[in-house]
Amino acid sequence: MRFSGLRVLKEGLTGNKGWAAHWRDATPKPEYDAVIIGGGGHGLSTAYYLARNHGMTNIAVLEKGYLGGGNVGRNTTIVRANYFLQGNSEFYSHSLNLWEGLEEDLNYNVMHSQRGLINLFHSDGQRDAFARRGNMMLNQGDDAILLDRDGVRKHLPYLDFEQTRFPIYGGLYHPRGGTARHDAVAWGYARGASDRGVDLIQNCEVTGIDIEGGVVKGVQTTRGPIRAKKVGIVVAGRSGQVAAMAGRRLPIESHVLQAFVTEGLKPVIDHVISFGMGHFYISQSDKGGLVFGGDLDFYASYAQRGNLPMKEHVMEAGMTLMPMIGKARVLRSWGGIMDMTPDGSPIIDRMEGVDGLFIDCGWNYGGFKAVPASGWCMAHLMATGQPHEVAAKFRMDRFRTGVGLMDEEGTGSQHNLH
Amino acid sequence: MRLTCPQCGERDRREFYYVGDAVALERPAPDAGDEAWEAYVHLRDNPAGETRDLWYHEAGCGAWLVVTRNTVTHAVLDVVLASDVKGGGA
Repeated sequence: MRFSGLRVLKEGLTGNKGWAAHWRDATPKPEYDAVIIGGGGHGLSTAYYLARNHGMTNIAVLEKGYLGGGNVGRNTTIVRANYFLQGNSEFYSHSLNLWEGLEEDLNYNVMHSQRGLINLFHSDGQRDAFARRGNMMLNQGDDAILLDRDGVRKHLPYLDFEQTRFPIYGGLYHPRGGTARHDAVAWGYARGASDRGVDLIQNCEVTGIDIEGGVVKGVQTTRGPIRAKKVGIVVAGRSGQVAAMAGRRLPIESHVLQAFVTEGLKPVIDHVISFGMGHFYISQSDKGGLVFGGDLDFYASYAQRGNLPMKEHVMEAGMTLMPMIGKARVLRSWGGIMDMTPDGSPIIDRMEGVDGLFIDCGWNYGGFKAVPASGWCMAHLMATGQPHEVAAKFRMDRFRTGVGLMDEEGTGSQHNLH
Repeated sequence: MRLTCPQCGERDRREFYYVGDAVALERPAPDAGDEAWEAYVHLRDNPAGETRDLWYHEAGCGAWLVVTRNTVTHAVLDVVLASDVKGGGA
């Protein structure tokens, strides 16, 4: 089933009775060439690109709940390529390029909206840092414009420029940054993978990983054993538990990140904005809700709900930046489990010592924008055995050797600092 | 979440600074090798359930605390002075 303007018109005139399910709800076969553990954004995009780029169609995605029910369905939907360090910069640049062709490639409306992202700065030192970051983005081939205060005022007249505590000096404008409809990204990849023959298996929790003589043989699941020549672990916040099934410990601590959405409002915020003097970022969804978030709760947690002190902090930061949002009522808040690495950068690598076992994890609080390139590079690694060139620095052994740590924030490679 | 400091009593979570897994108390010897140091600095069990971690009572008595708690329910099960765990000098 392909989507087109004509089809939408036809269905609209005939009661929308012709739409079919977007993907097959498959039952597990006894054996696959590869299985992906985790049916979230990264797992589904990995499966899609394994089929699309590498012709591997005898594969399955195993999801313990429902497809797209984890972090891909509960995030603040921001898409950007404004990274600074080599290793990250080329990867997120590749991801943004994929985003820009994604809807055509998937024949699916993921509502990718390049409305522009503005990171505000509030001191001379921050301006210097953002100028440097902007130059790195330009060198990577992406877009960045350094705005002074008047430049920001033209885009965002409603900010509190006059405050004495955190005066706004300017902002780094990334016009190709924006948002996308998070659920649709999962659904689009699921449909694309399923159409190419990938089995998407829901309510199928992996309970063990079978390894014989240092070679992966398959997985044990709540729906029976499944043999597989290759296994990819793509489970975000649950990476620690799944890696433990292979007897491995990871450089990962899982933390809760909260986000919030207000009641639907008329359009008031056209861009994605981040505050430079406290963790706060905001955009407005097409439904009209203001979607905003802040920092981690900053202690290990799997609770999928946050604590009140961080809620208070986020609300305070929002009111400091744009007092007008004080009139909006918060509709709901939620917490997702983030797979935090010590240096704040991800891992796409072989699991050392186990042939055929791969892992894609450590997306910290920035996994959504990475979904296309993460799947692209994980698929490349699983199919060819070699890391993709834009993900070549996402190696696990950097935590043992100390060589190649990518600490984007420059705060140190330590678990409680990112 | 509230933590009960053995010296100050029950206090708001905001008085405390979270350091991380209590593995921080088991520093390897300087020449223990890459793997021991990776395990100490970076690798974590990261349990969904009971965990032991190290907190600092920053806005209180300044004590280092070992907190046993549940990462799924946020229930705090035990709080003891790190110096009692470590045997002084922590």
